[in-house]
Amino acid sequence: MAERSWNLGGALRGLFTKPTIDESTWDDLETALIRADFGPDLTEAILDELREKVARYSTTDPADLKRMLRESIEERLAQHDPTLTLSARPAVVLVVGVNGVGKTTTIGKFAKFLTGYGRSVVVGAADTFRAAAVEQLATWADRAGASVVRPQQQGQDPASVAFQTVQRAIDESIDIAIIDTAGRLQTKAGLMDELSKVRRVVEKLGPIAEVLLVLDGTTGQNGLAQAEAFIEHAGVTGLVITKLDGSAKGGFVLAVQERTGIPIKLIGQGEGIGDLTGFTPHVFAASLVP
Amino acid sequence: MATFGTLSDRLTQTFSALRTKGKLSPADVDKTVREIRRALLDADVALPVVKEFTSTVRERALADEVNRALNPAQQVVQIVNEELVAILGGEQRRLEFAKNPPTVIMLAGLQGAGKTTLAGKLAKWLKGQGHTPLLVAADLQRPNAVTQLQVVGEQAGAAVFAPEPGNGVGDPVKVAKDAVQHARTRLHDVVIVDTAGRLGVDAELMKQAASIRKAVDPDEVLFVIDAMIGQDAVATAQAFQEGVDFTGVVLSKLDGDARGGAALSVASVTGRPIMFASTGEGLDDFEPFHPDRMASRILDLGDILSLIEQAQKAFDQEEAQKVAEKFATDSFTLEDFLAQMQQLKKMGSIKGMLGMLPGARGMREQLDNFDESELTRTEAIIQSMTPAERRMPKLLNGSRRLRIARGSGTTVTEVNALVNRFEQAAKMMKTVAKGGVPNVPGMGPIPGMGGGGGAASARKAAAKKKGKGGSKSGNPAKRAAEQAARAQGVRPGVAAGGAGFGLGGVGGAGAGTEPTAEELAALQKFLGR
Repeated sequence: MAERSWNLGGALRGLFTKPTIDESTWDDLETALIRADFGPDLTEAILDELREKVARYSTTDPADLKRMLRESIEERLAQHDPTLTLSARPAVVLVVGVNGVGKTTTIGKFAKFLTGYGRSVVVGAADTFRAAAVEQLATWADRAGASVVRPQQQGQDPASVAFQTVQRAIDESIDIAIIDTAGRLQTKAGLMDELSKVRRVVEKLGPIAEVLLVLDGTTGQNGLAQAEAFIEHAGVTGLVITKLDGSAKGGFVLAVQERTGIPIKLIGQGEGIGDLTGFTPHVFAASLVP
Repeated sequence: MATFGTLSDRLTQTFSALRTKGKLSPADVDKTVREIRRALLDADVALPVVKEFTSTVRERALADEVNRALNPAQQVVQIVNEELVAILGGEQRRLEFAKNPPTVIMLAGLQGAGKTTLAGKLAKWLKGQGHTPLLVAADLQRPNAVTQLQVVGEQAGAAVFAPEPGNGVGDPVKVAKDAVQHARTRLHDVVIVDTAGRLGVDAELMKQAASIRKAVDPDEVLFVIDAMIGQDAVATAQAFQEGVDFTGVVLSKLDGDARGGAALSVASVTGRPIMFASTGEGLDDFEPFHPDRMASRILDLGDILSLIEQAQKAFDQEEAQKVAEKFATDSFTLEDFLAQMQQLKKMGSIKGMLGMLPGARGMREQLDNFDESELTRTEAIIQSMTPAERRMPKLLNGSRRLRIARGSGTTVTEVNALVNRFEQAAKMMKTVAKGGVPNVPGMGPIPGMGGGGGAASARKAAAKKKGKGGSKSGNPAKRAAEQAARAQGVRPGVAAGGAGFGLGGVGGAGAGTEPTAEELAALQKFLGR
């Protein structure tokens, strides 16, 4: 992973060049964490933990504090297994999320990632709602070398498109079927029910390998509410964090992972088709606190 | 968020300790400000903005600007709300149209903020106002953004200018430039330029956006921002302000449950007005921005705010003045009493209202004991009197009282109780209105007359009890509250005056050595209810 602009480096630089840890160090650290969207509660928890550690090891060296911070974040991130389980054939992946987080783009990148490993992929355009979503997905699929299942008519039931996608994967022995769904805000009960239905219908053909919830890295504390709702209605098994190539730090994902127990599995960092990587706690923590 | 409860709940805890105080101490304010800080952070307001905001609130809360219609808790909430509305709505304005058409509106923002959808909504909205908008597909980056705009344009019934296929092909600057020319020849009076989403840190794309801006010289540049964005809102907004110098902000995806603290961050950091809110996926889900609604959404204090509004509405200054005069001249009658009660009822269900108060949660039990029909019964009793009787309660002899009891479906005991309470109240009011300190020995035991400390809930309860019939329900608690107030060393005279009139701490504890002004204010307060 190349140099990332979204680490806490800038905010922490002044912090760790001081000779000793003092009260202002804690204030600055709190500020840095809050600005990285960790949220007031998690920030408090991390600060408490660090204060306790600093007291226990009676250190006054900011370098120690920095190491402890990195370890603390890594430890929290590493509590869950980030491996994707795609061993089933076909492995069905359902991609869900609110509007505009980058679901379709993520699918394009993910398909490319998989075809790069020699897997055959079919994508299902079950976003039958948004204008031109099908075309957008088709363009990505084309770039990634995956086949597409399109709705046969305008406004077709998304569950039926999803069903056809999985059916095609079975018929043509395609390794992986990825289903794109329409973006929906977690407060829209009707749309969330529709998602449950897609899931139920697809499960008639076999178990779903992964349900990936795509979260926008610039999201704030609402990310938690999104995760909770999608877990309830779609049975999310993994998180994808997108748009981490911007100036947002995505600190909220830590809170999401911690509160829900759902691991982060993929990270998107750009509009290029290769800008998607697996998630490794160590690398993430190290780049957050360099 | 949900796990930690709303700000209302947390403030309730903070304020429960304040109930007996009429004025906020610096420590109280600090405690409150800390809660508000946390709530704002939970709502994703950017930290620098939170810091500045809370210091302003702290200053104002400590300054001696006390609104007498509200208790201390409400005062702080009101200050917070006013400040929020001031920042959010400070620069409120409408779209500016060019003197020489076409008016050019350019949209900019992060990826996925909702620019293309907004373009369609804007076009439909403008069309509804008799304009002839032209949508311009200058997002040549995202796959099929052009197609999406064409579909949206069709739905909105607006023309779309899309000379390039998109998907990375074509020069958006040229497209935008040509579009204006195209609009001129085809007589479109508004041109809406949809640009590609870009990150604030992407220097190259920001430069491209700046070139588009330069090429078309837009009358409005709208920055579209997702209501769910977190702390990054400030950095992003600043980057776009430097890059394309937007003239207005559109908040999108407000139909979700994000509190939308970003609105506050952007408005406060850039000083640009928030002009529209986008509230759904349909092309009609689009409306001008309402600062007041946004303020209560950010704080999640809607219930308390609407209560404050109700209380202020019902508190009619002029009316109160008039009644105060009546007290002073001994012309306060049962008719006025009835009017008072009806004004109180105007505030809506008392039980519901008390439930809304942060301090009232502890009083739930008492609330449940309170029978709201008491008010109605008292009203019935007074309405069963002749006008003469209402004006001169002294007329009420045994047979008249029996008639009234029958007429109102109550008992003579209840009528007696009401008349007694009215007389005692009138007597006390008169003393107070004349500037004296009422020295009523029966103060404590007067049914329903004892008030709690500073909490408005207690005040309202007291005010309402005053209006009800002979029932003593809830009375022991009231008495206990008053005893507690005494135990805390509140000056008895003042406490009696304040509490007795359902005024509570605001006037009571704040009263110095000049009873007249304080008591008059207290009286007004009571009368307002």
